[in-house]
Amino acid sequence: MKALLHATAAVCAFGTYAHAERGSDGQLNIIYWQAPSTLNPYLSGGTKDLQAASLILEPLARFDETGALQPWLATEIPTVENGGVTEDLKQITWTLKEGLVWSDGSALTSEDVKFTWEYCTAEGGGCAQIEKYGGITSVETPDNQTIVVNFSSPKPYPYTAFVGAQAPILQKTQFAECMGSNAVSCSEQNLAPIGTGPFVVSEFRPNDVALYNANPNYRDADKPAFANVVLKGGGDAASAGRSVLETGQFDYAWNLQLAPDVLASMEAAGKGEVISGFGTLVERIMVNMTDPSSDLGPERSTVAHPHPFLTDVTVRKALSMAIDRELLVEIGYGDAGRTTCNVLPAPEIYASTANDACKTQDIAGANALLDDVGWEKGADGIRAKDGQRLSLLFQSSTNAVRQDFQVVLKQWWSEIGVETELRNIDASVFFGGNADSPDTFQKFYADVEMYANNFDGTDPEAYMSNWSCDQIPAPENQWQGNNMPRYCDAAYDEMALKLSQTASLEERAALAKAMNDMLMQNFIMIPLVDRGRVSAKSNSLGGVILNTWDSELWNISDWYRIKD
Amino acid sequence: MTDRLAHQSTRNQQFWRQFRRHRGALIGGVVFAIIVLGVLLGPMIWTIDPGYPDIRARNQGVSWLHPLGTDQLGRDTLARLMAGGRSSISVGMMAMVLSIGLGCLIGMAAGFFKKLDGPLMRLTDLFLALPLLPLLLVIMMLFREPLSRSIGPQAGIFVLIVFAIGITSWMPTARVVRGEVLGLKERDFIRAARAIGATNYSILKQHIAPNILSPIIVSATLGIATAIITESALSFLGLGFPPDFPTWGRQLSDATIYMQDYPGRVFWPGLAISLTVLSVNYLGDGLRDALDPRQQNLRK
Repeated sequence: MKALLHATAAVCAFGTYAHAERGSDGQLNIIYWQAPSTLNPYLSGGTKDLQAASLILEPLARFDETGALQPWLATEIPTVENGGVTEDLKQITWTLKEGLVWSDGSALTSEDVKFTWEYCTAEGGGCAQIEKYGGITSVETPDNQTIVVNFSSPKPYPYTAFVGAQAPILQKTQFAECMGSNAVSCSEQNLAPIGTGPFVVSEFRPNDVALYNANPNYRDADKPAFANVVLKGGGDAASAGRSVLETGQFDYAWNLQLAPDVLASMEAAGKGEVISGFGTLVERIMVNMTDPSSDLGPERSTVAHPHPFLTDVTVRKALSMAIDRELLVEIGYGDAGRTTCNVLPAPEIYASTANDACKTQDIAGANALLDDVGWEKGADGIRAKDGQRLSLLFQSSTNAVRQDFQVVLKQWWSEIGVETELRNIDASVFFGGNADSPDTFQKFYADVEMYANNFDGTDPEAYMSNWSCDQIPAPENQWQGNNMPRYCDAAYDEMALKLSQTASLEERAALAKAMNDMLMQNFIMIPLVDRGRVSAKSNSLGGVILNTWDSELWNISDWYRIKD
Repeated sequence: MTDRLAHQSTRNQQFWRQFRRHRGALIGGVVFAIIVLGVLLGPMIWTIDPGYPDIRARNQGVSWLHPLGTDQLGRDTLARLMAGGRSSISVGMMAMVLSIGLGCLIGMAAGFFKKLDGPLMRLTDLFLALPLLPLLLVIMMLFREPLSRSIGPQAGIFVLIVFAIGITSWMPTARVVRGEVLGLKERDFIRAARAIGATNYSILKQHIAPNILSPIIVSATLGIATAIITESALSFLGLGFPPDFPTWGRQLSDATIYMQDYPGRVFWPGLAISLTVLSVNYLGDGLRDALDPRQQNLRK
């Protein structure tokens, strides 16, 4: 008995001192209430999938919690000053760190990086991150460590390709057979990619759970501290929050979009804490510029048929004017939100102040506006013009805060004579990106829809290019575009192009602001709330740095168990 | 003629006497009547709009202004409870009528006509074997939009939900009814009726139907309860009524996240569902005792 006690004591002591050893902290339990469906970030636009993959796959550089670029697989960030970027801004040279190996033991070479570009830009692949690789003409590999990326035109912000959680490096040997239209059918590869990250996938059940083990070949011999990770998906935000904050079953819960008082009462249980940070996440209403009527069959919600009344800018403006954004923040987010009139609210230099009038609700003004252009109220209080009633189908994902928003918005819109039918769709279907499902946010078979979106990193170029004409989701591109409103304006596309050619930071900021203002003043999107990211971690989990500019699991190799 | 009327009235008296003896049924009936009257007539007295979000007055406790408090958007809980009851009880009733109607029709046909027995019972087995939830999902996906366009979103979903619940819950009734009919068919009084030349229709109407009333009533009461619960499940999955349309099931699922802070929000719709289901079950129990000729003889 005594011997056993000694042995136990020895183990305990060992555990305390050896926390810098790989795998010494046992199992880490993470809950994502939207279950990941693939581990290939190039085939999914969903944040859940990108973050689940970020334990395995790594980019050349990523963003830290302040939004600054950090070299990850590369030795340093190439700039004009250090000679990594040429003077004409058409070439960038990355150098890989020495001795990097994949989790299967083979060496990571510049060939893999080149392959990743080829993979995403292959014809018919439907690569979800293709805008990250825009403008690249060729990728050269002079030696095993060096990657030279050539752009067709001067690229003032070249840190999109191979940077951030959305554009990590894939292994050439593994994915060589999966180019182009084969991409989707390569399920073995997509569900278990080989990476350089701190963990390797041991089992992945799509839409359920992902199990990871520490990568035996990870470059830092002492990391990660956890031997394995369970990333459980599914359920809802409330039960996820409860499982970390109240019962302590899980160590980390992602994206707890819950009513503020609910979250506060959960935190009071004392098992964990709520962590939050502001990024670029904006809860917004997307306005469908195309006709979603089911009569149109496969052509519904495509540019072939303009929307019967939402193409009228006064209607869109009135919808925005009727909203009391202060109240929405108060109902839904408390301290984790703030009102915004921009779809591009951060970083500071990009935030426009030209649209701030939206912060005050003006129902009388909205009514007057609609009266002026001939939308007359009928006997039932609903406005109509030429037999066209202002009747909306308003869809969103199933989520307590979003349903509350829907109810309040419906009330405000009824006060300006707009009838609203509400629909809510299970989040994993709505954001699932399944091209066969009619209920995805890309297909947008509704008049308006509400969700939140943001961008990785600090440069809005790729994000702002989401609303150019070639980003419109359509059957031809397997509904993979990001331009949900199906907005198409040559002037906007021109500004997007100009942004991609401008080097000076001030000019870039001015352009991005102008693009934001153009979208906002045309009411293509109606921004509601600038949301802080709220997650929860257990009190025994150390090393977590909430990063709103990259994957939340970006520094998981540094996470450890806090010993009593 | 007078004879017949007199006979009818004594039968009614007899039924009432029998029914009154079942105390649970009496209480159940009274409670159910109160609930139905409450949700039907209540909104005329309590005129607050159940859908109006009075956001400044949210999360309020019990007060004269809001006897049961308000929810997270400032909607009056009492008004919502009454509005929710209207939809839940009417879904329950209509779905029950549909499923009992279908069940009786198929059960009687299968039991009475030998040729139909095999095919109809295999059809019943087929429906029993169908997984309920996926079937409902498919029904919702296929018919939701066309219906909501032709008769409006709420009426469309109402019809769809009643149809979906009705079409997936008639099988137990059909089996029970068939069994009863099979047994009755061979009894002497049916043979006698046939011998004096009664048609199939009149045998079914005059002799079979009254004798299988008790299992039907039991099925019906259970059916109301199941229908209310199925509707709640559909609302919970986001496939039922639109999120702002109050039903008891929706109110219950909306309130679950506030359960610890505002238990009243879960309690009231939960109580309403339980009371309705319980009272309907007792009522059915009493009705069966009072209507069943066999039980009547035992008690005399």
